[in-house]
Amino acid sequence: MKHKDFLRIGCGAGFSGDRMDPAIVLAEKGDLDYLVLECLAERTIALAQKRRILDETKGYDPLLERRITSLLPHLVKNKTRLITNMGAANPVEAARKIAAIARALNIAIKVAAITGDDVLEIVLLNAASMNDLENNLPLSTYNIVSANAYIGADMIVEALRQNADVIVTGRVADPSLFLAPMIYEFGWDKNDFDLLGKGTVTGHLLECAGQVTGGYFADGVKKKVEGLDQLGHPYADMYANGAAVISKVEGTGGVVNLMTVKEQLLYEVMNPQEYVTPDVIADFTTVCLQEIAENKVQISGGGGKVMPACYKASVGYKAFYTGEGEISYAGAGAYERAQIAAGIIQKRLSPAFKELRTDFIGVQSLHNTTFSHPSSAYEVRLRVAAKASSAEEAALVGEEVEALYTNGPAGGGGARKYINEVIGIVSVLIGRETIVPMVKIFES
Amino acid sequence: MKLFEVAHSRAGDKGNTLMLSLIPYDEANYEMLCATVTAARVKEHLQAIVKGTVTRYELPNISSLLFVCSNALSGGVTTSLAMDTHGKSISFALLEMEI
Repeated sequence: MKHKDFLRIGCGAGFSGDRMDPAIVLAEKGDLDYLVLECLAERTIALAQKRRILDETKGYDPLLERRITSLLPHLVKNKTRLITNMGAANPVEAARKIAAIARALNIAIKVAAITGDDVLEIVLLNAASMNDLENNLPLSTYNIVSANAYIGADMIVEALRQNADVIVTGRVADPSLFLAPMIYEFGWDKNDFDLLGKGTVTGHLLECAGQVTGGYFADGVKKKVEGLDQLGHPYADMYANGAAVISKVEGTGGVVNLMTVKEQLLYEVMNPQEYVTPDVIADFTTVCLQEIAENKVQISGGGGKVMPACYKASVGYKAFYTGEGEISYAGAGAYERAQIAAGIIQKRLSPAFKELRTDFIGVQSLHNTTFSHPSSAYEVRLRVAAKASSAEEAALVGEEVEALYTNGPAGGGGARKYINEVIGIVSVLIGRETIVPMVKIFES
Repeated sequence: MKLFEVAHSRAGDKGNTLMLSLIPYDEANYEMLCATVTAARVKEHLQAIVKGTVTRYELPNISSLLFVCSNALSGGVTTSLAMDTHGKSISFALLEMEI
């Protein structure tokens, strides 16, 4: 271990499409013990499962090769271990790929794949008797393509014990990716829920990367942030008593202050008294924050009660197709012409599409209202979207919008059309005993 | 005066549930926000968006409020036809509230 009295954990990516360079800055200049890359949103794994079905050596994050190739030399040089959920639907093949990249770079490392989150077989076998949490319908109602349980820190801890340098997982609860090195390095007891809760607070603050350092924050008026083009991603100095200091690499853009940390602490929290992960039900209401220096916020307090009785799994299913079309109007009467266009589309498509909506971009496409703001935009973009049962049916939406060029109101320009297959997600609870996470080690 | 003048907010989502934090720039305004921005007022203000309930959590340690709004995202990010499927822009709808 590099640091004796604390552990420095950085987060270099907060979603699958996140920037490449902030992680490199962290790995090169952050003096990190651990780098975490969180790259798995709810639906990402269902899309990865589709790629795995087409090619069984795929199904991990499509950016894995680029990220790992750019990071490995820095990680090895600075003795920083990497934990990432870029395994997506295929952690084993991801680990093989990482080992191969290391070999090509003449780097000797141990790569661990964590498996066990994929519960597709169990879910398919029991689809008639398991109901989803959202609609309380039997899972057999859905055309299921993936099922992955959010597993906890346990197997990552085990992989660290086996001296893995890089650990690649599928679905693991985001804060657990950060909690695992704390448990391992500080020797936290897995039943010390107070410490697990404190560690989860810090994990939660880090997991969205740039969102705690000034991204998704700046408004240019009341909340001015410099250097968003070179936004630094965060790291935490974590102490064995569960306290932490959130910061970022000196010289990077962005800001870490009480405001950014408060916003991120409450981000996506359903109940701040009971923030549920597979490791612990954490309490965020007792967290205390203090700005101790420029870009350094100290986290203390927080805690936890128990381990939840079940795992939660996300079940991906084929939902429907969407067809979309857009066209713009400008100048005098722009909104009126966009409304005429919308009326035409409604008349021509409504009978065939059960769910069809029209939005006026630039007027009120986001909130169904403009509150007290007058709507006098110089230009308006009409957007039409509908659900369809096939790609062919979905295509009709964009075709109808495009046909407004010659058949609709005056001055319609910039028509675009899109078709997408939609994977929906529902959740289900799964007994802990049914899931057996495992570690598999690969050497380069 | 709009909430925007005294507080900031971040939107989050889980399925069809929308969460909105409300954080005063000056911690001295926390009590005023607690008294003024009730769950009922948020429900009324966001009636065009939130079709379900609004639950308010108070976090005095960090002088912040959290509003958890059910049935607020046209079914949720994966199956919604809305422009902003996550509801990420809705924090600024909350800040439009007159206080």
